[in-house]
Amino acid sequence: MKILVAVKRVADYNVKVRAKSDNTGPDLANVKMAINPFCEIAVEEAVRMKENGIASEIIAVSVGPQSAQEQVRTALALGADRGILVQTDTDLEPLAIAKCFKAICDNEKPDMVLLGKQAIDGDNNQTGQMIAALTGWSQATFASEITIDGDAVTVIREVDAGLQTVKLKLPAVITADLRLNEPRYASLPNIMKAKKKTIDNTTPEELGVDTSPRVTLLKAAPPAERQAGVKVEDVAELIDKLKNEAKVIS
Amino acid sequence: MNQLYFSEEQNMLREQIRRFVEQEIVPNGEQWEEDGFVPRDVLRKMGDLGLLGIRYGEEYGGSNMNTLSSVILAEELGRSTFGGFVATVMVHTDMASPHLENFGNKTQKDKYMPDLISGKKICVVAVTEPDAGSDVQGMRTTATEDGDSYLLNGSKMFITNGVKGDVYFVAAKTDTSVKASRGITIFIVEKGMEGFSVSRALDKQGWRSSDTAELVFDNCRVPKENILGELNKGFYSIMKNFQNERTVLAAQSIGEASKALEITLQYVQDRKAFGETLWDKQTIRQRLAMLQAKVEAGRQLTYHAAWLDSMGQDCVKEVSMAKAFCCELVNETMYTCQQFHGGFGYIRESAIERMVRDARVQSIGGGATEVMLEEISKRSIVD
Repeated sequence: MKILVAVKRVADYNVKVRAKSDNTGPDLANVKMAINPFCEIAVEEAVRMKENGIASEIIAVSVGPQSAQEQVRTALALGADRGILVQTDTDLEPLAIAKCFKAICDNEKPDMVLLGKQAIDGDNNQTGQMIAALTGWSQATFASEITIDGDAVTVIREVDAGLQTVKLKLPAVITADLRLNEPRYASLPNIMKAKKKTIDNTTPEELGVDTSPRVTLLKAAPPAERQAGVKVEDVAELIDKLKNEAKVIS
Repeated sequence: MNQLYFSEEQNMLREQIRRFVEQEIVPNGEQWEEDGFVPRDVLRKMGDLGLLGIRYGEEYGGSNMNTLSSVILAEELGRSTFGGFVATVMVHTDMASPHLENFGNKTQKDKYMPDLISGKKICVVAVTEPDAGSDVQGMRTTATEDGDSYLLNGSKMFITNGVKGDVYFVAAKTDTSVKASRGITIFIVEKGMEGFSVSRALDKQGWRSSDTAELVFDNCRVPKENILGELNKGFYSIMKNFQNERTVLAAQSIGEASKALEITLQYVQDRKAFGETLWDKQTIRQRLAMLQAKVEAGRQLTYHAAWLDSMGQDCVKEVSMAKAFCCELVNETMYTCQQFHGGFGYIRESAIERMVRDARVQSIGGGATEVMLEEISKRSIVD
């Protein structure tokens, strides 16, 4: 089985991201970048499938700037076999990214596309679903357990009401939730081996993808600062404040 | 970041170590401080990740990288805020095992290297004595020939990893009739050899998660095949690794100082006094700004010294500068960071309190600042 796994370059989860002073977007200058944590979980799952003899080849794919090659290389150090970087300097929307993946699926014909459920930059949670729609493949989002038996896949999904089990046929698109696994560290010998693995470069244009934005960003601003709370003496005062100051009860 | 000195692989190495430190070390370090040592399974985990064999041959599980990669390891481990943990690892990787790498014969390397790189065995270097530290030639431990072995007699002091270690590289005088530099030999001594004992675990001001011992050799019989390198050439072996030891101590200091500044910047920007944050006070933010400048200068000096070493160039002057400057600077930084933490900085539960204690030894161990300054001076005489 051949697996395509997505890795996105995002600001490291430890970084406190600020809005640019001209409000045109987040300020990412000199910010530490890393693989989106959910993508890392997807990579880990693919590598485990390979270790268990289920997968035969893992291709790590990123859509982003030239520097996103670092994240593809990290995926190779974690165990992916080769990489593809769809290079673009524009910040693509989920639909454009999904179209790039559709084009790569047409070329590579994988049996499964594994992605993070969302990236921690835009928190869009759309790319996986859109790839499934464009390819017409079955999909399971928010996976917390994946079991494969021949071309049948059983996925336990994390949904608001609890856990839901779905059965799919390959090829399929699956997105990883937080509890699917705990990603490993890349060992130094594997980092050194990753150097010898190939990363193919392409562009959205070469893939014939129209990347024009569907959404216009008007303004990026930090959320309003939270007001300090007040301590109330007793329940009566609390009810009074809720009624007359906050006006949330009547 | 730092494209001047580091390759893509080295940047990835740094990223993985940083994550490992945040997830595996920081949450557990306080327990190890109480226990007085780092548990072996942590070192094995580091071995599995290849972090204990950065510099060594692939045939033994190493990765053949250069001095700059050791610097990355020391700097990132330094960010853990647990100096004792860092000492445990760095003595194993960059102060003790290099003796085997540099001077061991194939049989010795085949026997010990795989276990040292995987972390199954932890190694120790025993040179310092109660009466001989930076002055290596003043050592009193002797080894006398006796049939197909040598008998070691004497004691060793302040030996990091000494309590829990497995393989000890012990320096002793094998010829007292010549100049000391020509009469010292290093022996491989294994835990459990007859006549070798750990006389006590030492109680230290800082580095409390590192086990430090006094060792005693009482007619300890060591077979001749355990001579590391050549007979009477041990002094040169010790000297050879000094530059590496000192470079990683400088790097560790820079990692610690950087982390202390990050913690303190966070603290002063949150802490309110007299109606504003401490950060709003010009003296405080300017002193932290200056310290950031100094730490960055120390970092670049350390990278430069390590780069010279990785290019095989003479770097004794630069390494001595880096060791003296960074190991003093980490103390200056800790003093100020503790000061700006106010009362909290004096309480055991704050990281900065521990970091102050841990930093102190770094201007003493691995070549005291005064010795480093003499090394610089010796190389500064104008004809």
